[in-house]
Amino acid sequence: MRAPDIPWVSELPTYRGPFTREQAERLLWRAGFGPRKGEAEKLAKLGVRRAVTSLTRPDTTRLVGPAPKDEKGRRLAPLDAWGHDGLWWLDRMVRTRAPLVERMALVWHDWFATSNDGVGSPRLMLRQNRLFRERGLGSFRRLLLEITCDPAMLLWLSGSDNNRWSPNENYARELMELFTLGHGHGYTEEDVRQQARALTGFRNDWSRSSGPIRFRYDPKYHDGGVKRVFGKRGRFTWRDSCRLCLEHPAHPAFFVTKLWGYFVPVEPARPTRRALEHLYVSSGYNVRSVVEAILRHPALYLGPRMVKPPAVLIAGTLRALGRGIDTTAWTWLSGLCGQQLFYPPNVAGWDDDRWLDTATFRARWQTAGYALRPFNLSTKNQRPRNPDALVASAHRFVGRPTLTPGTDAALKRFAKAALSDANASWKRDQYPSLIENALRQLIVSSPDYQTC
Amino acid sequence: MSERACHCDEFSRASLLRRAAAEAGSGLPPIEPGMPLPAGTGLHRRAFLARSAGVALAVYGASKLGLNALDEGIANAAAAPAQPVLVSIFLPGGADSLSVLYPTGDPNYRKLRPKLALEEAAGPVFTEDDRLHWHPSLAPLATLHGEGKVAVAPAIGYTHPDQSHFTSRHFWEVGATEANLRTGWLGRYLDAVGTADNPLQGLSLDDTLQPPLASTKVPVAALAGADDYSFWAPGVWGDVENRMLQAIGSLGKRPSRPDPTLRRAAAVTSQADTLRRQLVPFATLGEKPNFGSTVTYPQTDSDFPKRLAGLAAMLAAGLPLRCIALNAPGEYDTHANQADDLASGLKVTAESILAFQRDLEARGVAARVVTLVWSEFGRRAAENGSAGTDHGAGGSAFLIGSRVRGQLIGEFPGLGGSGLDRDGNLVTTADFRAVYSSLLEQWLGVEAERVIPNARSFGRPALIS
Repeated sequence: MRAPDIPWVSELPTYRGPFTREQAERLLWRAGFGPRKGEAEKLAKLGVRRAVTSLTRPDTTRLVGPAPKDEKGRRLAPLDAWGHDGLWWLDRMVRTRAPLVERMALVWHDWFATSNDGVGSPRLMLRQNRLFRERGLGSFRRLLLEITCDPAMLLWLSGSDNNRWSPNENYARELMELFTLGHGHGYTEEDVRQQARALTGFRNDWSRSSGPIRFRYDPKYHDGGVKRVFGKRGRFTWRDSCRLCLEHPAHPAFFVTKLWGYFVPVEPARPTRRALEHLYVSSGYNVRSVVEAILRHPALYLGPRMVKPPAVLIAGTLRALGRGIDTTAWTWLSGLCGQQLFYPPNVAGWDDDRWLDTATFRARWQTAGYALRPFNLSTKNQRPRNPDALVASAHRFVGRPTLTPGTDAALKRFAKAALSDANASWKRDQYPSLIENALRQLIVSSPDYQTC
Repeated sequence: MSERACHCDEFSRASLLRRAAAEAGSGLPPIEPGMPLPAGTGLHRRAFLARSAGVALAVYGASKLGLNALDEGIANAAAAPAQPVLVSIFLPGGADSLSVLYPTGDPNYRKLRPKLALEEAAGPVFTEDDRLHWHPSLAPLATLHGEGKVAVAPAIGYTHPDQSHFTSRHFWEVGATEANLRTGWLGRYLDAVGTADNPLQGLSLDDTLQPPLASTKVPVAALAGADDYSFWAPGVWGDVENRMLQAIGSLGKRPSRPDPTLRRAAAVTSQADTLRRQLVPFATLGEKPNFGSTVTYPQTDSDFPKRLAGLAAMLAAGLPLRCIALNAPGEYDTHANQADDLASGLKVTAESILAFQRDLEARGVAARVVTLVWSEFGRRAAENGSAGTDHGAGGSAFLIGSRVRGQLIGEFPGLGGSGLDRDGNLVTTADFRAVYSSLLEQWLGVEAERVIPNARSFGRPALIS
């Protein structure tokens, strides 16, 4: 464990600039799934400290809004129907009143990235998801211990294939490389092999009807011999294996830097990182403390924007529009955008630097269209024949997202040009509705809306 | 999702796992002891936008080349003389050869198929052997056969048939009865004649790599559809839609953005706008693809007709394609309720193939294209108790094209005496490796020995006129 020899530790700065609707909107997108109508304004009134605490210490986890259903009005079947697992979670993201709790579940789903492609059991995937939801803001030590014996993880990284007779290094390697220390940070190939031995003992049975069942720790399957890990010797078990990683000097820096990266797109400055490390260790590996410090930090409000991950974009758009899950289209749309929940591409999770390319741009465009479709203005609607009024109306409808002046000007130019095409009286009647529909689509597809 | 109860569990599970294996290439449990890994397993996949071809591709096996090099390679290959084209269409699950061409003139047919036998007058007679009739859904193929453009293998396979979907399909994909071969037969052909920088030479019309195209030396590509780059918005049409599409570009072209992330997002918006303009010739209008086809393809939920229509357009546009592989629509593992499932799958397949052939003819490129239709095996001669059939041996295959010699490849062995093997399966009268060898030599212009292991031990049926 890092010795407490840092003199300036507890002073992590809090953002002191104006905390208006714009800053509150960014906070809600980074720490949740964007604002519902009016939510950013309400949060702005609290000031940054209380705004952050309202997210990290929510007073309710109740879901609000209509229950999710498919396009035929049937209930979701997350355990049985393909794609409904992701919809089930997306619904929670849309309806939650504790958005950071769901957002942390998404962080951990990426951090401990487990894919149902390798697990083959939505039941076990949802069980793991519950772990992320219930433990996501608590102690990382406890989370690490629980994920290590989580059935989906045991299947995904061969934990229950790892036994004293034929050790399997899969989990041991990722435990250090991806979960706690980082590649090449203070461990050797021999440590991987020795950790694999320490992690032996988990097993499960297979049933013809239910697949993998009866996950358990069986001391008979455990290699009880002496192991040498990070230069220490002992008859280490899986609990020791986790503890040794947490106590490794490289762990606090890895942990706070990785966690920071989910909320702020540029690396923390060295003093910030060291202060976060101290906070993390001195709080007993408490995730909430570190998240609060990050969410209050000036870098979140003053630094560059981040691209919204697809699941966040979809859930957030539905929240802004006040629409629940009423179609299964989000499964394939989210996949086209590059993120199907419960199916990360590999154990390293999704690559946050690669959300946007020409293919996913089109998928985001399609997503916007699907989200807006039920609210289409028909040509019978009377709309203003004024470009600025049309832009204002469309902007209000999609939740008043902050737009850069350039985007605002481009929208107004479009509206003006499109109105000027109306060279017949029926066109003058009908085009304003079409233009407003197009404006909604353009706003939700704009570079401004893809980022926060 | 539609639910079909007919196919065996092993088949659907195997399909899922094959798909995952071809993508991930590691750590999947075997379906059956000794299960072969699909050809191409473990090949590295990169997403790539071929600007010269105007399509977004998943490229396999080009890890050493920069993406710009691939663009140039496609452009160079497109400028070279046109090459013969082979299209491979797979009927997944083991299509019932005794329904595809049903032996209504064979005295044993009705005894073996009391429930499933088709009426004598139901389908058109097969003019080369009047014991056989075409399945009613295959009337479009009967039409092309009447024009001399279809060669039929009524009982094709290999000796010592393997009745596992997985293994038998693998043999066909790799062009040999070798479980451990990891390259596809078309992939090895491309390795022999292709170029290092043109992934379009081997094109899977699918979202993943088709194993017959798995190569080791040259890159190949996968493409779900050529038309999929349109931008549509609900409740927007006409002049306003055109203005909206123009506005996408202006959203991307704001030069003075201080924020680096916003600049990147704007740059992608601008690139998407440019690409959209380039792809207008292929764009989907509403639900109807605009490939410039003058023929009508079947209207169905399946992607198959759209993929063939896009393929015809790409060939006519001079894109440098050589080998194309895709799956036919429908479920052919008909263990139960065979009649309906088989009829609907074959119908869309055959109607689409007819439309494709007519499209190629109308575009003046039909002489460059031969299509092979195949399945991993045929089915048991005797029907089972669930109005279905179980896995068998001799299957059917077709070669289609203006240059195809429209004659039988092997004869129909009949259902009595020596026509069935000890297990009650149709014996084979043609070997798929002989057909591959002939196609390589007579159509693709390469010695079969360079591609098919032990090729000299197989005959060379005359396939091309």
